[in-house]
Amino acid sequence: MTESSAMSSREAILSRVRGIVGEARDADTVGLEWAALPRAYNAASAADRDAVLLRLIDRLHDYDAQVYRVSPEEIAGTVREIVSLLGLTEVLVPAGLAQGWLPDGVAFVKDEGFSPRELDRFTAVLTGSTLAIAETGTLVLQNLPGQGRRAATLVPDVHLCVVREQDVVATVPEAMRRLQATAELPTTFISGPSATADIEMTRIKGVHGPRFLHVLLVR
Amino acid sequence: MSGGTALNPKTAPPFPIAATAMVGNTQLRKNVRHATDVIQAKRARVVGEMPDWQALRDAGSAVREHTIRNLPFYLEQFERNCTAAGGHVHWARDAAEARAIVVRLAQEAIARGRTAPSIAGRPAGEPQGTHPGAGEAADGVALQGEVIKIKSMTTEEIQLNRALESVGIHPYETDLAELIIQLGQDQPSHIVVPALHKNRQQIREIFLREMKLEHLGESPQDLADAARRFLREKFLRVETAISGANFLIAETGGVCVVESEGNGRMCLTLPKTLITLAGIDKVVPRFQDLEVLLQTLPRSATGERMNPYNSVWTGVGKGYAAGDGPEHFHVVLIDNGRTEVLADAEARQTLHCIRCGACQNACPVYRETGGHAYGSVYAGPIGAILTPQLLGMHYAQSLPYASSLCGACYEVCPVKINIPEVLVHLRGRVVEENTGGLKTITNPEAMAMKAAGAIFRSEGRFRAAQRLGRMGETPLERRDGQGQKWVSWLPGMLGGWTNVRDLRAMPQQTFREWWEERERKGAPAGEAG
Repeated sequence: MTESSAMSSREAILSRVRGIVGEARDADTVGLEWAALPRAYNAASAADRDAVLLRLIDRLHDYDAQVYRVSPEEIAGTVREIVSLLGLTEVLVPAGLAQGWLPDGVAFVKDEGFSPRELDRFTAVLTGSTLAIAETGTLVLQNLPGQGRRAATLVPDVHLCVVREQDVVATVPEAMRRLQATAELPTTFISGPSATADIEMTRIKGVHGPRFLHVLLVR
Repeated sequence: MSGGTALNPKTAPPFPIAATAMVGNTQLRKNVRHATDVIQAKRARVVGEMPDWQALRDAGSAVREHTIRNLPFYLEQFERNCTAAGGHVHWARDAAEARAIVVRLAQEAIARGRTAPSIAGRPAGEPQGTHPGAGEAADGVALQGEVIKIKSMTTEEIQLNRALESVGIHPYETDLAELIIQLGQDQPSHIVVPALHKNRQQIREIFLREMKLEHLGESPQDLADAARRFLREKFLRVETAISGANFLIAETGGVCVVESEGNGRMCLTLPKTLITLAGIDKVVPRFQDLEVLLQTLPRSATGERMNPYNSVWTGVGKGYAAGDGPEHFHVVLIDNGRTEVLADAEARQTLHCIRCGACQNACPVYRETGGHAYGSVYAGPIGAILTPQLLGMHYAQSLPYASSLCGACYEVCPVKINIPEVLVHLRGRVVEENTGGLKTITNPEAMAMKAAGAIFRSEGRFRAAQRLGRMGETPLERRDGQGQKWVSWLPGMLGGWTNVRDLRAMPQQTFREWWEERERKGAPAGEAG
């Protein structure tokens, strides 16, 4: 590309692309064309609420996640049970987590921007979630109060995640449309614990992310 | 930690020669066949769950086509929005320029880390050797850096690791398969599961040797645990990461990375600096377009409804709670031949690819030879069309022929790239380049096709050719254990066929002969000899 030696690489690439497909068109024209793209796939599901919730639970089980169906009043007690079952003494929590979810007798440590090494001290983390997708068994977490930084749900080995039934959607398109308003936030889609199939296609849980995922599905 | 000889289409042997060596490696073929069988079965199951699968393919194809047609608009929009969110966007025309940018950014990041107090936490015993070109830190110790990497075929494409090593920076691959490849001084053989040609015993040997372990079990769980221990300390210590990107979102300036193990999330969120390398073809118009691509990509790639982790982030996150992810974020947009692909209207759909690897798993040629025979990080049907276009047709001329044109790749492609159509088009370009446009005069294949045409046009000539062929091959026949006759060597140009496969001997009686004999005898149908 000798003709562009005086040009920046940016200009060289863009002018080459413009030379082939034409000048960039105005936003309105491009927007109209985008809006007219075929979208004959299922954006929503016709299934009733119970079926959607059961599907989410089924998909989560498929990924080896544990699911607990609880009422709002039962959250703290269930957290206590899981924590005691796992023999944990302290649990990491993000800022803004509902105080009512935290049982007495367990040390909850608020994430104050711990370094990676400091995060590594924690065995478990408890967070809320933005929504969950039934079709794919996916939980979505964003940088919002109660959901915290991405690193906080990554380094500890156990993730306890609270999902409200009202935040469960059936399909991926429903989820993306709900997330549109906060699309710029750091967002993590979590489908089961960390897993790999790189060795002879055998699925193994927990390589680098949490090995255990406990989902509290709240009525 | 030096890589082996990188896959380089400019120096790789032509496909038929490389493939001949590969089909002789029964262990590799067994491993590849097992892996592709498993993924294909899983893919078929989860695709079968989707009544709207064809509508999703149509939408994915339309989104990609629309993006490529409006590439100047979307690239500029992405750059504007990413920059507004605190990211830095760089442009690289070719591999050399991309390598130089990434190396410089990595060196700057490492130098920042050196002068920051947090470097005191560096454990003793790390290599402290000198190397040229990286300058000196304030304390007088020559810079010796490390970066952690997410699996990225684009960084393989530009052979980034060797460039980093040449200035004394150690790149640690953190994807399990890429770690196996790196420690084994091997090369990736698949876009999605680059180490599928290795079985657990081979992986165990590599880990024992390279991680200096005394004991190691051989179950996949043992091997994954070893990788976790090996990499954990690096995730917590290394402050610079390099990633690829699955999608760049023009509307928000966001980046999406799709992965399974969490190594991606480690690299994207723990280090202070993140450098993301992406082809200019990776851009998608809007956040909402992920509703199509996040449905088709995981099901096509690994046969899962959704992969364990997708990360979407925008710049360094101005406007939301600080301390989530890196303080410094760079995106390097690379052309490296992509505008060449764009310039060929008939082959342009190659740029629609979202790198799911489904075409590789479905391809009978790939399944027999594995990925290395393609001499490129992009193997299988997509490699057969992408590599020669990225590199220029005079390299990798044999790749458009590395296909039986059976159409299985088109059928599974989640964005409906008509790979057979592009293969045929590229074969035409190869012929044209080799003959300067004088296709029928000097090109042996064109001459052979002309001769074949003459034979097929006349019944008498066709019968004569069959008789001649049967007579001609008789001395070359050998019998296998079941008494079936095979021909494993043919002379001259015909050897192009038998170089990479055996040919079943021609039957002693042709269908026409059998039919005529049957007519004579008046025998009932269905008693073929």
